[in-house]
Amino acid sequence: MSKKTLIVVGNGMVGHHFLEQFCASPAAADFEIIVFGEEKQLAYDRVHLSEYFGGSSHADLAMGTLEWYTEQGIQLHLNEQVTGINRENRTLETPRGSYRYDELVLSTGSYPFVPPIKGNDRPHCLVYRTLDDLDAIHASSEGARTGVVVGGGLLGLEAANALKSLGLEAHVVEFAPRLMPVQLDADGGALLRHKIEELGVQVHTEKATTAITEGEDARLRMNFSDESFLETDLIVFSAGIRPQDALARASGLEIGERGGIAIDNHCTTSDPHVHAIGECALWEQKIFGLVAPGYTMARTLSSALNGDRETAFTGADMSTKLKLLGVDVGSIGDAHAQTPGARNIRFNDERAGHYRRMVISEDGKTLLGAILVGDNSHYDTLLQYALNGITLPENPETLILPESQGGAPALGPDALPETASICSCHNVTKGDICGAIDAGCSDLGSVKAETKASTGCGGCTALLKNVVDSELEKRGVEVSKDLCEHFPYSRQELFHLVKVNGIRTFRTLISQHGKGHGCDICKPAVASILATCWNEHILATDHVPLQDTNDTFMANMQKNGTYSIVPRIPGGEITPDKLIVLGEVAKEYDLYTKITGGQRVDLFGATLSQLPDIWEKLIAAGFETGHAYGKSLRTVKSCVGNTWCRYGVQDSVGMAIRLEDRYKGLRAPHKVKMAVSGCTRECAEAQSKDFGVIATENGWNLYVCGNGGMRPRHADLFATDLSDEELIRTIDRVVMFYVRTADRLQRTSVWMENLEGGLEYLKQVVLEDSLGIGAELEEHMEGIVGTYQCEWKTAVEDPEKRKRFREFVNAPSQCDPVQEWTVERGQRRPVLESA
Amino acid sequence: MKPRTRWEAVCTVDDLVPESGIAVWTEEGPVAVFYLPHRLPALFAISHTDPFSGANVLARGITGDLKGEPVVASPLYKQHFSLLTGVCLEDDTVRVKTYPVLLDGNQIRLEVRANQRESIAA
Ligand SMILES: Cc1cc2nc3c(=O)[nH]c(=O)nc-3n(C[C@H](O)[C@H](O)[C@H](O)COP(=O)(O)OP(=O)(O)OC[C@H]3O[C@@H](n4cnc5c(N)ncnc54)[C@H](O)[C@@H]3O)c2cc1C
Ligand code: SF4
Ligand code: SF4
Ligand code: FES
Repeated sequence: MSKKTLIVVGNGMVGHHFLEQFCASPAAADFEIIVFGEEKQLAYDRVHLSEYFGGSSHADLAMGTLEWYTEQGIQLHLNEQVTGINRENRTLETPRGSYRYDELVLSTGSYPFVPPIKGNDRPHCLVYRTLDDLDAIHASSEGARTGVVVGGGLLGLEAANALKSLGLEAHVVEFAPRLMPVQLDADGGALLRHKIEELGVQVHTEKATTAITEGEDARLRMNFSDESFLETDLIVFSAGIRPQDALARASGLEIGERGGIAIDNHCTTSDPHVHAIGECALWEQKIFGLVAPGYTMARTLSSALNGDRETAFTGADMSTKLKLLGVDVGSIGDAHAQTPGARNIRFNDERAGHYRRMVISEDGKTLLGAILVGDNSHYDTLLQYALNGITLPENPETLILPESQGGAPALGPDALPETASICSCHNVTKGDICGAIDAGCSDLGSVKAETKASTGCGGCTALLKNVVDSELEKRGVEVSKDLCEHFPYSRQELFHLVKVNGIRTFRTLISQHGKGHGCDICKPAVASILATCWNEHILATDHVPLQDTNDTFMANMQKNGTYSIVPRIPGGEITPDKLIVLGEVAKEYDLYTKITGGQRVDLFGATLSQLPDIWEKLIAAGFETGHAYGKSLRTVKSCVGNTWCRYGVQDSVGMAIRLEDRYKGLRAPHKVKMAVSGCTRECAEAQSKDFGVIATENGWNLYVCGNGGMRPRHADLFATDLSDEELIRTIDRVVMFYVRTADRLQRTSVWMENLEGGLEYLKQVVLEDSLGIGAELEEHMEGIVGTYQCEWKTAVEDPEKRKRFREFVNAPSQCDPVQEWTVERGQRRPVLESA
Repeated sequence: MKPRTRWEAVCTVDDLVPESGIAVWTEEGPVAVFYLPHRLPALFAISHTDPFSGANVLARGITGDLKGEPVVASPLYKQHFSLLTGVCLEDDTVRVKTYPVLLDGNQIRLEVRANQRESIAA
């Protein structure tokens, strides 16, 4: 089946977001995608446009990269305006050609409204919407002294700030009697005006401009209806936006009375093959001039094109929180109390410059809207009350009173329901955040990366942090860098203390650098540090009480309190004789037997007291511990490689065994997995491992910091065509650098992402030795390799250590009474129900 | 009426592991005995059965203190149990049984309910 064609007109914020969503969806495979953008630049973050004057470049503001578009196979036509649509033939025209589509997406945004004033087309009359506009403003400001913004709304004030930052004397001319008439009331507007004037911006309200003529003292003169005038060197019109619907209009699509391309709940226009999203779209007679609703439309449309008719666009919250010229302004819901019966509560402190207004329902139970000027610290709480319909406290005024007057504390993140929207730009709820944390995110950064929360307008940053901190705390994760209540240090700092001061026991460390007696957080962390630093047997008496049960008994505890055993099978290569021994042992002890994902055999259901006996037999047959219980190297998976495979170019099994033998037993902040593939066909799935090695004609390519599991991550290519020795030296360095600098329970992927400078920095440290520690890292690794011992061998040979494995110290023959078994598919399994 | 009890000898000092627990079998079933040499008293005994999983594993948890309270963390689902009261710190509606424990020479003794047969014999 040949592919259909999807064309997107407009490469702005919403158009780009749509592509991100759609390309990640199954339907993307059925379409050729073509994108037209009128602007020269790739989609950029218009919300933060003003930062361009603060020194940000297009690259800083860009939302995607050309590489991404190339990877997705998208044909990108920038600087090419679509000039006509022929819906009958399903084609569209640009000055460069004609293109056929099967599905068409219009994301053409809006254009600044320039009031019809005589002279509005003179030079130095400008608008504020695109990077090109900003370049024009910048050029015009050369040699200028004053600048006027027409329009005292949100964008106008931002433009005024931009003029100020260009060194101009800035004026704002507003037709309405107050600033931000849409979002604020009279008192709020007055306070905002006062504050802005204090900052040196002159505000002129109730001024209707009648004509723009040549100035006497400056380039231009603005004449007002009250016969007054104002001279200025440049004018920026910011009198509102209008949906960019010209194309749709000309092609006969349904258009709203005051503009906007009419869409249904699935963002489809009056033509089933034409869709519209973002600021150009009109839903139930409403235009949405914010980015979050546009993103929601983009997601809705992507779902619809995947055949999902459930997901629908159902309108959007238009609450806003801004800092305009450094002044906090917030407006929530029904700010103007238009709901019948609505009541107001106002707090106005003219001295401090704080104004707050709550609009509450007739019964006083719910918050309908709010206005804040001068201090947005109440915004998040009020917004959550309004959005989630949370019942207001008995004295709702406490929510906006200063705390000294008995103001209620902010609505803690705990009080929010799971469905509370935390980030409206990316539609992230509190439940999504909890989910991400349960899936392994352990700090703000990783939650952001996982959910995208707070990567849009940024308005939700503070709230997100509160929710993440509170959820982490609930799960017992310390939010501060402190390891736990016993040590005011991070794992890395403790590592340093241990190493530098030559500390060899937990007792010494806690008495010199901590307090109390330790807990299940710091004890295993310190055990791992001690093991890495000094590589002593983990059952050395001092270390026993520090370990997790799995480390203490060198096996993995299962739900009924029994253990599973995973002997090492380096590279997954095993002789038939050894395989038979595994079978015989499993049979003798009635162990449930299963092949693991890491090419080994897992034997389940051994009781504590059986462990040493079982290991005695395994060791006699030449097995070693597989460290499946430890935060250490697990397996080095491999494909069969060039010894058998007709495509193989190197001996992947040989290399896997060499790597596994080298790094086995090394204690790390988290488990470490590796794999080696014999050619680029990648049968060993090496790119999903912490260290992935793929054979090339000339040697080995090394990939680092990948992982599978809950949050899979592709490993990054780190170095190419390495010889055997180079490969090992490079892995030595990365491994040791990880072990020394990572946080407790941080896998290599998260560690790398949190390194300042990321992959590039890691390359400098390891490949260019920018810190001058390369030799030290290798030496440390050599030391560990040299002192390796199979922990199980040491344990079974030492009667004192074996004593630890008694189930009940006073009753050797007593077996654990709660273990009930049943047989399934020919093997034994527990019947115990876990809580 | 207080049920009749007796001090059952369960193990010797040599069986204990400092800063950690061991399991013993008593008339009342499995009990975990902890030895925290840096505290006074240094001996604690609670039920060995983890109430959340039903498995006999508490002696194999990591010991420590949280805000000064001596605790053990279940090795299965990581809840903390107070060694003084047996109360679960994460869910105070759950509590494991605690046993008075005593050092008698070299012997560790627990106060357990005397069952019928024992009390007649005694
Ligand atoms: C200074 C400023 C500050 C803002 N601050 C905020 C804020 O704080 N919070 C917030 O939520 N929103 C803010 N916004 C609004 C936000 O930027 C918009 O809601 C958002 O950009 C809309 O995205 P869009 O894709 O619909 O339109 P756009 O981003 O405008 O993209 C439309 C694109 O389509 C192109 N196009 C149009 N017609 C054609 C054609 N015929 N052929 C080819 N291409 C075409 C246009 O050139 C444009 O590049 C701000 C906007 C500005 C200008
Ligand atoms: S990765 Fe290459 S060498 Fe290894 S099994 Fe696959 S095709 Fe063969
Ligand atoms: S995926 Fe879940 S159920 Fe399966 S072994 Fe891992 S933790 Fe257990
Ligand atoms: S609400 Fe915009 S980034 Fe979260």
